[in-house]
Amino acid sequence: MGMDVSTLRTLISRYCVGEENWVDSRTIYIGHKEPPPGTEAFIQQRFPDNRIVSSKYTFWNFIPKNMFEQFRRVANFYFLIIFLVQLIIDTPTSPITSGLPLFFVITVTAIKQGYEDWLRHKADNSVNQCPVHVVQHGKVVRKQSRKLRVGDVVFVKENETFPCDLILLSTSRDEGVCYVTTASLDGESSHKTYFAVQDTKAYNTEQEVDSIHATIECEQPQPDLYKFVGRINIYMDNEPVARPLGSENLLLRGATLKNTEYIYAVAIYTGMETKMALNYQSKTQKRSAVEKSMNAYLVVYLFILISKAFVNTVLKYVWQADPNRDEPWYNDRTESERQRHIVIRAFTDFLAFMVLFNYIIPVSMYVTVEMQKFLGSYFIMWDDEMFDEELGERAVVNTSDLNEELGQVEYVFTDKTGTLTENNMEFIECCVDGHVYVPHVILNGQVMPGAGMDMIDTSPGPEAREHEELFFRALCLCHTVQVKEEETVDGIKQGIHQGKSTSFYISSSPDEVALVEGMKRLGFTYLRLKDSHMEILNREDEIERFELLEVLTFDSVRRRMSVIVRSSSGQLYLFCKGADSSIFPRVISGKVEQVKARVEHNAVEGLRTLCVAYRLLSPEQYQEVCHLLSGAKLALQDRDKRLAEAYDIIEKDLILLGATAVEDRLQEKAADTIESLHKAGMKVWVLTGDKMETAAATCYASKLFHRNTQILELTTKRTEEQSLHDVLFDLSRTVLRQHGGMTRDTFSGLSGDCTDYGLIIDGATLSAVMRPPQEDSNSGNYKEIFLEICRNCSAVLCCRMAPLQKAQIVKLIKASKEHPITLAIGDGANDVSMILEAHVGVGIMGKEGRQAVRNSDYAIPKFKHLKKMLLVHGHYYYIRISELVQYFFYKNVCFIFPQFLYQFFCGFSQQPLYDTAYLTLYNISFTSLPILLYSLIEQHINMDILKKDPSLYRDIAKNSLLRWPIFIYWTILGVYDAIVMFFGAYFLFDNTTFTSNGQLMTTNTQMMFGNWTFGTLVFTVLVFTVTFKLALDTHYWTWINHFVIWGSLIFFVVFSLLWGGIIWPFLNYQRMYYVFMQMLSSGPAWLSIILLITAGLLPDVLKKVIWRALWPTTTERIQTKRRCLASEPSTIFMLSQTSSRISF
Amino acid sequence: MMASSYNAKEEDGHHSGASSHGAAGAVKSKKPDNTAFKQQRLPAWQPILTAGTVLPAFFVIGLIFIPIGIGLFVSSNNIKEFQIDYTGVDISSPCYSCAKNFSWNSTTPCVCYVPFTLNQSFESNVFMYYGLSNFYQNHRRYVKSRDDSQLNGDRSALTNPSKECEPYRTSDGLPIAPCGAIANSLFNDTLELYHIDSNGTSNPIPLAKKGIAWWTDKHVKFRNPGGNNNLSVAFHGTNKPVNWRNPVYELDPSDPENNGFINEDFIVWMRTAALPTFRKLYRIIQKKPNTTPTLPSGKYLLTITYNYPVLSFDGRKRMILSTISWMGGKNPFLGIAYITVGSICFFLGVVLLIIHHKYDTRNNSADIPN
Repeated sequence: MGMDVSTLRTLISRYCVGEENWVDSRTIYIGHKEPPPGTEAFIQQRFPDNRIVSSKYTFWNFIPKNMFEQFRRVANFYFLIIFLVQLIIDTPTSPITSGLPLFFVITVTAIKQGYEDWLRHKADNSVNQCPVHVVQHGKVVRKQSRKLRVGDVVFVKENETFPCDLILLSTSRDEGVCYVTTASLDGESSHKTYFAVQDTKAYNTEQEVDSIHATIECEQPQPDLYKFVGRINIYMDNEPVARPLGSENLLLRGATLKNTEYIYAVAIYTGMETKMALNYQSKTQKRSAVEKSMNAYLVVYLFILISKAFVNTVLKYVWQADPNRDEPWYNDRTESERQRHIVIRAFTDFLAFMVLFNYIIPVSMYVTVEMQKFLGSYFIMWDDEMFDEELGERAVVNTSDLNEELGQVEYVFTDKTGTLTENNMEFIECCVDGHVYVPHVILNGQVMPGAGMDMIDTSPGPEAREHEELFFRALCLCHTVQVKEEETVDGIKQGIHQGKSTSFYISSSPDEVALVEGMKRLGFTYLRLKDSHMEILNREDEIERFELLEVLTFDSVRRRMSVIVRSSSGQLYLFCKGADSSIFPRVISGKVEQVKARVEHNAVEGLRTLCVAYRLLSPEQYQEVCHLLSGAKLALQDRDKRLAEAYDIIEKDLILLGATAVEDRLQEKAADTIESLHKAGMKVWVLTGDKMETAAATCYASKLFHRNTQILELTTKRTEEQSLHDVLFDLSRTVLRQHGGMTRDTFSGLSGDCTDYGLIIDGATLSAVMRPPQEDSNSGNYKEIFLEICRNCSAVLCCRMAPLQKAQIVKLIKASKEHPITLAIGDGANDVSMILEAHVGVGIMGKEGRQAVRNSDYAIPKFKHLKKMLLVHGHYYYIRISELVQYFFYKNVCFIFPQFLYQFFCGFSQQPLYDTAYLTLYNISFTSLPILLYSLIEQHINMDILKKDPSLYRDIAKNSLLRWPIFIYWTILGVYDAIVMFFGAYFLFDNTTFTSNGQLMTTNTQMMFGNWTFGTLVFTVLVFTVTFKLALDTHYWTWINHFVIWGSLIFFVVFSLLWGGIIWPFLNYQRMYYVFMQMLSSGPAWLSIILLITAGLLPDVLKKVIWRALWPTTTERIQTKRRCLASEPSTIFMLSQTSSRISF
Repeated sequence: MMASSYNAKEEDGHHSGASSHGAAGAVKSKKPDNTAFKQQRLPAWQPILTAGTVLPAFFVIGLIFIPIGIGLFVSSNNIKEFQIDYTGVDISSPCYSCAKNFSWNSTTPCVCYVPFTLNQSFESNVFMYYGLSNFYQNHRRYVKSRDDSQLNGDRSALTNPSKECEPYRTSDGLPIAPCGAIANSLFNDTLELYHIDSNGTSNPIPLAKKGIAWWTDKHVKFRNPGGNNNLSVAFHGTNKPVNWRNPVYELDPSDPENNGFINEDFIVWMRTAALPTFRKLYRIIQKKPNTTPTLPSGKYLLTITYNYPVLSFDGRKRMILSTISWMGGKNPFLGIAYITVGSICFFLGVVLLIIHHKYDTRNNSADIPN
């Protein structure tokens, strides 16, 4: 009866409002059958087939497309240009010197990407070719998945994955539901219930399904997994019947059918239009601060490179002004060269100098940095301490680009539920009309069915008892919990009666499970939902059946949910449960005061509270409700908004029943972790949707707030009394007064004399603060004042936050003038926005699905793992990569600067100092492995000390190892070494002042050394100096370090011996023949190599030692202490004393 | 499985094709291996550079370097060296007219005589060098202007020299052997030395012209085409370098082992110098078996056949006589540098000692109250 009315309504509404958005919707003809004539025009739309293409390349376009993509990167493009210049003009070095490394880099990348794409092709093929069953002409036919078309009726069996997005027509179950797990989509392993279209659910054989004659109109595909609106028109007896379709009817590709024998469904989105495919898009790439500094350094070096080339070009032409210098009789130009225009000549010279010096920007740095990041990230995954036995999960790295950013975090934004807390809800108590009930728990963990309860208050009267039972029933009915049978039990038929222990509750919200389980302990057991009837086992072991009429689902804006049920006696109830703030305003009677008092008491204890209310509906009221709901549900546009409006109208005039309290325990070591983060100089903000009192209690428990923390409140309660303006100014004055008197050292908030501040702000106030400034200018700068207050608070708690507001906060801090590095950590879908927004997003593998993990950069099983991740791994990664970057620039300055100096002695003729092989291999093999290894396994301080003493983290804060002064120091060191090497060799070879350079091996063989010996001498000193410099910086010498450092030096010597030992037939020059051997057989060469290496390393050693002695950093003090400790075990006590003292 | 696990990592479980893969992944234990490498707990030596540890090293370096430096300096000072500039810039110099009247086309060689006196006698073997200044043998255009294959006796390279030799690749349509700017500008002054004894007669001093090039150069890197016999036939069809008076097979007609590409003067010249001022070994004066010094102090005469013009590019030519020691020729730089670095190290050692002392006491006193 009710149905007919609603159908009529929808028809009317469809003709009134439905047509306006034809463009955005699609029409699907089920089974490709034309609609009956006269109803609507048959327009066959074209849809893509069901082929999934995740691969980027095909066999044919791989090379051009991949090359194009690689050369879009600035660095690769730069090296390509250099290479081309070398090919085109007459340059000092052969194109091989830059071509080979470039080719190497490009090939390795191409092979990697090709391999990845091949895997994608394979995966695509296996998906595209896997068989699906389609109903054609009343028969089930096998088809390849890729041939599936929109409108096909698909037959899916249990445990099969849906091949495309489908509308559920019918299932093997009578009630027309099926269960689905979306584990591969969003990681939620719980079974979700989907509903078949009411009018087709009876058609559950292939013949019957084939006879369905209907069209579906729905929106064009959009990526939101949880939104879908559509409408099905069923032509029965040529009378079209329209039904709403929602996301509860839509089966998504990638999800798996569970607990249901088979289903029939119709394909509506196929191939790349499925929601899963639309969701597959790479996240925006985040860049780390180190990468930014690296790019800045690159610009500096590019500038140096260009100015070097420019200076040399100018000098060359000044020097050449004398024709006898330009073209002495012994060194004529060719005729074609002579005729070239001077401008062209100068330009070619400039380019040639660029080519000669281009090694200062090393190709291999990018490769090394990428390898370091990629390989280094394995240490996070391998970490045994970050493995959680309980979950069986280890840390996951989704982006290795941000490893070093973990060592730079200044702000940590954490979610509360599931992140700080276990999200393991336990029902603590409930309060009905002011009477408190605490379920009796038997110690061994077993729950006694129908066990009694402790009533704290005096026993209630009969009227109260009625209320009490209504309350329990309300909690048993008002939820979306499913009952899951043990997998081994075959299907639903076994049911719940056989053994209660085999069934358990599943829900997307752990609170609900806790509540239903709590009710079970109080004597009311929710059994199952069958044929739209919810079954409850009451205290007398009788089954009560309620017909479930409507579910007004939960959403985070309303913060409540309701059900409408019809009891066996025919009474219509609306049960509503939700946050106190959303229930109390809607309550018209009940013992509000008592309940409110209890709720507040519980909230202060850190418990999560929910209020329960009900409303009796008369049949007329129910009709109205139905009408409102179906009207809203059928809307194609603004459905959500209209539903919200409908809910708002329905959920009113409630009678308060009582409240519940659920405890969410703190995660293991959460307090310790937060304390460590504080000590490490990070500011921890808790962003939660929970209410203020609960959140504040959690904050106290997790040591975010201390007993002596002065709490500043910026909440709606205060802004009601004062204007926001005044509150803000008040707070900033309080904070700043204190701040003025305190020195930087006391900032850590651990010293007694200074109070540290904690700020609590709620969502509503925050949006007021964030609101763009109005016309009157004095209200404008709230943001600035707010930031100023926040900066001076050691901890901030933001409660009542909507997911988007979390991201807003992160954005606000990110954009503040210090540009701090932010980290967001959370476990639920509501944290995704902030995880994506923050510099580093960390997901917790919690209970609320895998969305956070999927969108995060790193995922860890538990909050406590954050400590090791930041304090140990982050710290290591940062020092490793900063050394890597600085060292790379340093070694290339050492490499190229002598070549620059040499130009002054060879008439600016672009004569290279080193042989081609040396130019090519310097960065690729002679000096690449030691630094790569260093950047993988260096540990300047032991892990345990890093963990024990979080204040060490402050030593590397604010990108301290990549600041300009340090960069300049390294560059100057490089220039110094280059000067020592070049002029050392110069004076040995020079004979203008001191005369004589007859370098003699023995008295009977004697020979002259030429320019290649000169270059080889410089190069030998260079390789050794640069490698020893790294050895001096290494604080952690494992056998691998020894192997690689000494190994690469030996490799250099062996290579040089080989390279000069043979007349290489494929070379057109033999300039290196025996040069290295001759050099080594000369005594003075040995002596000068030793001298120059010593002189080159001296200043750096000196600087290190003096700085360590006079201005030691905390890190260095700890290192020194540790040494003392090793020799003197009795100073252990002292160490702990000092280390804690140092942290101030 | 490979593809799906790959997908799970790289693309967050994008399209799981196999329906079984979720279950398979769950079964596999994800517990990381507890190896020292993976847990970053490899045993390691953890040195730290502190004043205390570096101090001894500084002193040791100082103590080793200073004696080495002194030794080097002394032995360099013991080396006797004499050099004379015979360019002929000055109107008073004997070679002035030769330098001034130089012409590429003159057929009669210009000879000049430079008398000089050695105040000290030169013991043991004496090495005779010619030195050139302001001559850019390291100019890029010059350095690459050679064909190593041709010099290695390659027949095809002989008749078709490398492009790098331009513009000294061909002359009169014939390939030049040896081609290139380096060979073309071969130093061709002839130096002879006479000892003038007390009664005024001049005795020629025997100058050995072999053994002045690298052994490997002479025997491996440089080879005549078709062996050493009948060079004029082997070089048939090639032209001599433009500036040369004689073809390459007439560089030393007296000795077939020193002719053609394997002529040692030629090989020495072909090893391009590192700097614009350089010297190259010219001859060796072997020590005589008897006790008299190789070059006793007294008057000498240097006879120069002046063929090599350097004034056009403001160059200088020198003749150098030098003895050698265990560390080579005269070069006080190395000794001085060693002494300097050694003393700096020693000095820094002292400074560090002071710092170390102060730092240590300060640190200790800071610790004790705790």
